[in-house]
Amino acid sequence: MRLELAGITKAFGPLVANDAVDLTLVEGEVHCLLGENGAGKTTLMNILFGLLHADSGEIRIDGQPVRFADPGEAVRRGIGMVHQHFMLVPVFTVAENIVLGFEPTRRLGFLDRRKARADILRLSREFGLVVDPDALVENIPVGAQQRVEIVKALMRDAQVLILDEPTAVLTPQESEGLFTVIRSLAKSGRSVLFITHKLKEVFAVADRITVMRLGKVVGQTTPKETNEAELATMMVGRSVELVVNKREANPGQPVLELDDLTLTDDRGLTVVDHVSLTVRSGEVVAVAGVQGNGQTELAEAITGLHHGNVTQGSIRLAGQDVTRASPRQALRSGIANIPEDRQVDGLVLSMSIADNLVLDVFNQQPNARFGARDLGRVRRDGERKLKEFDIRASSAEVPVATLSGGNQQKVVVARELSRPVTLLVASQPTRGLDVGSIEYVHRRIIDERDRGAGVLLVSSELDEVMALADRIAVMCRGRIVGVVPHGTSREQIGLLMAGVEQSGQGQA
Amino acid sequence: MPPEDQVVPDASPAPSTAPSSPWRRAFGWIAEGNLALVTFLAVVVGLFVGAILIIVTTTATLHAWGNVFSAPGHAFGVTFSTLGHAYGALFTGSIFSPSAVSHAISTGSGWTTVFTPISETLVSATPLMLAGTGVALGFSTGVFNIGGQGQYICGAMAATYVGFAVHLPLLLHLPLVVIAGAAGGAVAGFIPGILKATTGAHEVIVTIMLNYVFLYLLDYLLTTPPFQQPGQSNAISRTVPQSAQLPHLLGSGLRVNFGLIIALAVAAAMSWFMRRSTLGFQFKVIGSNPAAGRTAGMDARLATVLVLTISGALVGLAGMTTLSGTDFFMSSNYGGSNGFNGITVALLGRNRPLGVVLGSLLFAALSTGGRYMQATTGIPIDLTTVIQAVIVFMVATPALVREIFHLRQGRTGKILLFTKGWAG
Repeated sequence: MRLELAGITKAFGPLVANDAVDLTLVEGEVHCLLGENGAGKTTLMNILFGLLHADSGEIRIDGQPVRFADPGEAVRRGIGMVHQHFMLVPVFTVAENIVLGFEPTRRLGFLDRRKARADILRLSREFGLVVDPDALVENIPVGAQQRVEIVKALMRDAQVLILDEPTAVLTPQESEGLFTVIRSLAKSGRSVLFITHKLKEVFAVADRITVMRLGKVVGQTTPKETNEAELATMMVGRSVELVVNKREANPGQPVLELDDLTLTDDRGLTVVDHVSLTVRSGEVVAVAGVQGNGQTELAEAITGLHHGNVTQGSIRLAGQDVTRASPRQALRSGIANIPEDRQVDGLVLSMSIADNLVLDVFNQQPNARFGARDLGRVRRDGERKLKEFDIRASSAEVPVATLSGGNQQKVVVARELSRPVTLLVASQPTRGLDVGSIEYVHRRIIDERDRGAGVLLVSSELDEVMALADRIAVMCRGRIVGVVPHGTSREQIGLLMAGVEQSGQGQA
Repeated sequence: MPPEDQVVPDASPAPSTAPSSPWRRAFGWIAEGNLALVTFLAVVVGLFVGAILIIVTTTATLHAWGNVFSAPGHAFGVTFSTLGHAYGALFTGSIFSPSAVSHAISTGSGWTTVFTPISETLVSATPLMLAGTGVALGFSTGVFNIGGQGQYICGAMAATYVGFAVHLPLLLHLPLVVIAGAAGGAVAGFIPGILKATTGAHEVIVTIMLNYVFLYLLDYLLTTPPFQQPGQSNAISRTVPQSAQLPHLLGSGLRVNFGLIIALAVAAAMSWFMRRSTLGFQFKVIGSNPAAGRTAGMDARLATVLVLTISGALVGLAGMTTLSGTDFFMSSNYGGSNGFNGITVALLGRNRPLGVVLGSLLFAALSTGGRYMQATTGIPIDLTTVIQAVIVFMVATPALVREIFHLRQGRTGKILLFTKGWAG
């Protein structure tokens, strides 16, 4: 099946998300759609999948123009999509999820589970997609859930498979597995549209590459004809530094000491398991690991947000015990916190930039006096910080919700670094950001380190960990399975992330 | 740095579309379905639905429309005169009567008659303003105080008790009664607040249940000394003396009283509080995104307790103003639905103090006008209840109003929805 998108244009109010986009997908190819967040990749895919309708332009299958009123129609024409957030019912089995919506039935409408299982196992063997049809979806890891989504699309006879940022939730090894599956799908004559903003993946899997920027296609190439730096330049529109320039670390006194820290979640399950770790001033210690292995809870405990569930161990900040400090005590004692989800924990989206910049010190002089806020002062300080932290906005009075992700994150960074910082806890600090903002945030983190703060970086992006960390602690299932120096190979870290412990690793 | 780097895709549209001329601004305001405009259109729809109900329930108009093909002019004539009388009466009964004005001007007397309708509207609006402001404080902080009824009764009970049990000159006694009213409501608000903060009990359930507790507590007190009026078998309380009564503003003939001043002052204070005070800022942050507030070091539990207590205090003040302003004693089921209508006007005023004041005035005008309309035209007062309900329904579903009037989605609206999605 040959799929063509011709002149697709889609505007949301004044914002043109797709501007005359052309894209052709031929049978049996893996086509990477590369672009920063906000380049219009997801909009384009939603148009292709019938979730949105283009203002102009057309979609052609084997030369015939088609119109998809809804995703159901796209599925019937052989297009399958695996979203970033999986669409699975957690309490159903894998097989039930896969057949959901077009269940094979016997007479009288009984479910034909046997046929369903057989079909799934056949596909699973054909493409190396290992799934257990009888397992409950809630009990299988994310990587397996993703395979379930792919099998689901294949069961509906998808000839074109769209994968939206599929590796965000995978370990490097799992990603490799996914790439193998993708290649076997292409070999069978199906075509795969692989959406990503990670350059390395493009070279691992793509036959052809289309790069989008600000809603437009800025170039088409193949992995053989290009290199990472060139692609990055196309993506961003200017040359970018792919590595963070930094001096060797100059570690000083310990600023954060975790000793045998153990945390449970609300259900009483252990999420952080006897963790001991030290961060010194002037160094970046990264906590690497696949999402959901206790890193979030660890960061929350340090910033005072999880202290109700500390069952064992202690947290010390510059020698002082802060194990049971409240969030306010934690931030007053010198912890800066860039939370994992800026829109949930970092910002009040409906409020102005200026208000968000003083969320922590709104009631202190000179922002307030006798319980009354000095709005003029807050606004002027806000305007000043727009410049200081390169936040692109027309004024400090606009609601944070109107900013791009990168500028929202800069607001968080600006607020947190405006206090005296002993320890910076940065959780997924560049998730979802454009390359320009990533550079900026990385620079700020290294600047804090060089200024003498300790930095605890929690990140599931291995590239980020490798670029910033002086030491890397790998977490798996709540435990620190190894602490390795920077410069350790991706493969070794990948094995640790998957829980393969190694003997003889340096301790913290 | 190349020029396209200066473009901030999401931030630039807002300022760049800010229209230059006042005309364009006005056009943009209308086309974007400004919230105030939506409210105004909701009133139009309410009156329109009311008009249809009048037509189909009045014998004369139905009859005229039955013969519409033989006498179309007659049908329209009867319809317009019926509607004219009904809505005329609604206006006359709630604001002023032009004929009474001309009579007063020509004779030089009867000014009390002229001002009676507006005075009655203001009297009905006073408790709504206070209760609405209290409820709105909760709503804008993400706390759903449905306990208006109970807090209203509690405030009135406390005011009644201090009113008849304490003997002081007016200048000392009245402030004490006012404080008692607020304190009574505050207690009724503190209970669900502390329960929510310490046990996580949902305030909606607790406040609704407390409504019944206070309703029956009142019933009990009204039949028991020292509350019950001595020598009475009816369930009514003692009457508060003159020194505990709110003074009239425009002479003894008109019931409008000092309670109105209290209500307006509270609304003004609340407006300042939410815009400028540190506590109000904290309330707003926790209302919009408690997780971000917590991360920034705010105490969401303490804020919940404070919000419910203050909210209750304001609703309690509403009960105090009707008691000390117009009723002077309590009877069973005191306050009718004033506590619940506080929720309605908070919704109508979109949780803003000025909006609540205007919404209260509209609601009160419909009620007082409705009574007059029933008396003079025979159209039941329930019609105004329907109009009120339609208005609230429309205000609660701005998308529907935009659809009816083909308005564009306002930018503010988008942001609000966006925020809700993320903040839960």
